[in-house]
Amino acid sequence: MKSLQLKAGIVSLLVFTVFMLVWHIATLPTKTASVNVSGMTAEQIEYQKMMGKDVGSQKTTGFPTPAQMLTTFAHQLSDPFYDNGPNDKGIAIQLGHSLVRVALGFLLACVVAVPFGFVIGMSPLLYKACDPFIQILKPISPLAWMPLALYTIKDSSISGVFVIFICSVWPMLLNTAFGVSTVKREWLNVAKTLEVSPLRKAFLVILPAAAPTIVTGMRISMGIAWLVIVAAEMLVGGTGIGYFVWNEWNNLSLTNVIFAIVLIGLVGMLLDLMFAKFQRWVTYVE
Amino acid sequence: MPKDLTSLFQQRASTPDAYNADKPLMLHCACGQAHSPEEHPSQAALSLEDTSRNFMEAAFVKALFPVDSVRRNFLRAVGANTARAAIASVMPLGAFEAMAQDKGSLEKKDLKIGFIAITCASPLIMADPLGFYRKEGLNVQLNKTAGWALIRDKMINKEHDASHFLSPMPIAMTMGLGSNQVGMNVASIQNTNGQAITLHVKHKDKRDPKQWKGFKFAVPFEYSMHNFLLRYYLAENGVNPDTDVQIRVTPPPEMVANLRAGNIDGFLGPDPFNQRAVYDEVGFIHILSKEIWDGHPCCAFGVSDEFIKQNPNTFAALYRAILTASYMASQSKDRELIAKIIAPIQYLNQPETVLAQVLTGKFADGLGGIKNVPDRANFDPVPWQSMAVWMLTQMKRWGYIKGDVNYKQIAEKVFLLTDAKKHMAEAGFKPPEGAYKKFKVMGKEFDPAKPDDYIKSFTINKMT
Repeated sequence: MKSLQLKAGIVSLLVFTVFMLVWHIATLPTKTASVNVSGMTAEQIEYQKMMGKDVGSQKTTGFPTPAQMLTTFAHQLSDPFYDNGPNDKGIAIQLGHSLVRVALGFLLACVVAVPFGFVIGMSPLLYKACDPFIQILKPISPLAWMPLALYTIKDSSISGVFVIFICSVWPMLLNTAFGVSTVKREWLNVAKTLEVSPLRKAFLVILPAAAPTIVTGMRISMGIAWLVIVAAEMLVGGTGIGYFVWNEWNNLSLTNVIFAIVLIGLVGMLLDLMFAKFQRWVTYVE
Repeated sequence: MPKDLTSLFQQRASTPDAYNADKPLMLHCACGQAHSPEEHPSQAALSLEDTSRNFMEAAFVKALFPVDSVRRNFLRAVGANTARAAIASVMPLGAFEAMAQDKGSLEKKDLKIGFIAITCASPLIMADPLGFYRKEGLNVQLNKTAGWALIRDKMINKEHDASHFLSPMPIAMTMGLGSNQVGMNVASIQNTNGQAITLHVKHKDKRDPKQWKGFKFAVPFEYSMHNFLLRYYLAENGVNPDTDVQIRVTPPPEMVANLRAGNIDGFLGPDPFNQRAVYDEVGFIHILSKEIWDGHPCCAFGVSDEFIKQNPNTFAALYRAILTASYMASQSKDRELIAKIIAPIQYLNQPETVLAQVLTGKFADGLGGIKNVPDRANFDPVPWQSMAVWMLTQMKRWGYIKGDVNYKQIAEKVFLLTDAKKHMAEAGFKPPEGAYKKFKVMGKEFDPAKPDDYIKSFTINKMT
């Protein structure tokens, strides 16, 4: 087991090194990129300068090299908490804004999905009746909800939260309903013979029994919420990691966009790990 | 106290002197009657503060002596200086003055203003770092916004108090085109010229628009000067913009990326993205929009009817700040400085050299040459109502408006020319004359008095 993990680690490292190497080679400066000033007229030199190609100037466009990426990482992470007014904030502040939005939308989804899922899970009739609506609403893209949300809610930041809510509510709802409806008959029968009150039955029998499925739904929902936030913030603007990506795209600064992509991936992974831990905690062995 | 002191100043040509026993003290508008003509020049020399102080004292004296003959007798009896001292001792005019000037008279101090990160927004952006808003007692938060549709929505939702607009947008919103009907106004034009047609470098040899059939173009918004100018230019060259080419709405920042990817062949877009396409070596500047219509308006600074009604003083203060910034931006000597000011991440987030080339008009054209067009971008704030009429003619020509249009009524409702003139005078600039300035678009004169004849004169149109 231990040696397998070690081997996997080594292979991961190898893949990463090869990837970086390929990247490095692919972005090696071509000959045309370096400008030879000698033999040019004054106007040609000025033209080159206007194109950002004079000596010493750093053009921010073009695909960055791994070395440039490294400096960007160092630069961004060296001061993650600066705040230069509403349109320019440090990366940690942007991430914070995104996480708060995700948390709000996700909690709202939990509050709605878990009780509602419980209800339709316990009643086959309701389950069948609600199913077509859920199936239709589930695959709608977050960006499709946005105009409708903006129009009706009339507030862009609440709209962002709403979009996260509406996109992350479905997996949780379905999983809760599924988990509740598949609780073992015998356990319910035992509860019945012991004349357990319905509320007690729900909290002490069904909830623990369905918890692993519910948490799986939550984990999927969280993944979706984190996917949605970037798109929503790119659309709404203002703050957040999605806004950061959009703002750097305005400047066609791929270095910063890639930096943000890596960061989004890392945070997404951390969120997922969190729920994995939670999932392990509620799982039981029969 | 009069509710709106500043507007009262405007109505008055001379300042009242409360301590002159030989003249009636008139606080209502008495311009042209109550004073001799030689008082005018001395008025011009007075600063706004002086005028304001005189006026306040006068208002106070007027309150003390409602009957003018009593005031005159009092002054004759004790002398003007004694009266001044006596009155100052009972009424601390300094505090009184501070109270009136204290921005308590502003209905709203904290304002949110939306903008799109393009050079058109220079005046309203630079007013922040240069302190023009603060000078008026306003605490402005500038919100960079992702696209024009969102600018519209955030104004309708009142998330923004005022906004950077494409100048046809308030017209469209007021008419309820493409949105709910909301009364929106153009307080001032943000910029004139400053746009360009940029083509992909692969089209270097296709400089004649007749070769452009089948091209895909991008414009920032349907209700934009970009759309109207591109359509006009194509149609004048015999290309039907509705059937011969495709025109897509694309947010400006995405124009360069789309051009690079080959999704579009060119765009008529706002700067800095034309110059940015050159800088990124994906496009070249075919023509500047100035070559289509020299002095055309582009973006506007706008507020809603409701905002003006609820916050007249704040609106006036905002107006002064914007006009001051516009005036500064229009000075060609300050352009390099402006480029530096608006380049940082929180504003345009662009390389400074790109902005400097746009604003100074000395730029690389993408074909290896350097051009020098000092008025490539300009900032003339006057919202000429004839411009609004022209926009309406084009909206009708291309089928955005169906049926009859009351051009004058809409133009005069949306384009606040009278207010602009008033506040220009207030901020110390010389307001222009007239309301329907004539102009030429591609050599063809536009007569704002005959808009329907103008539309009929075009063979390529989309009217049913």
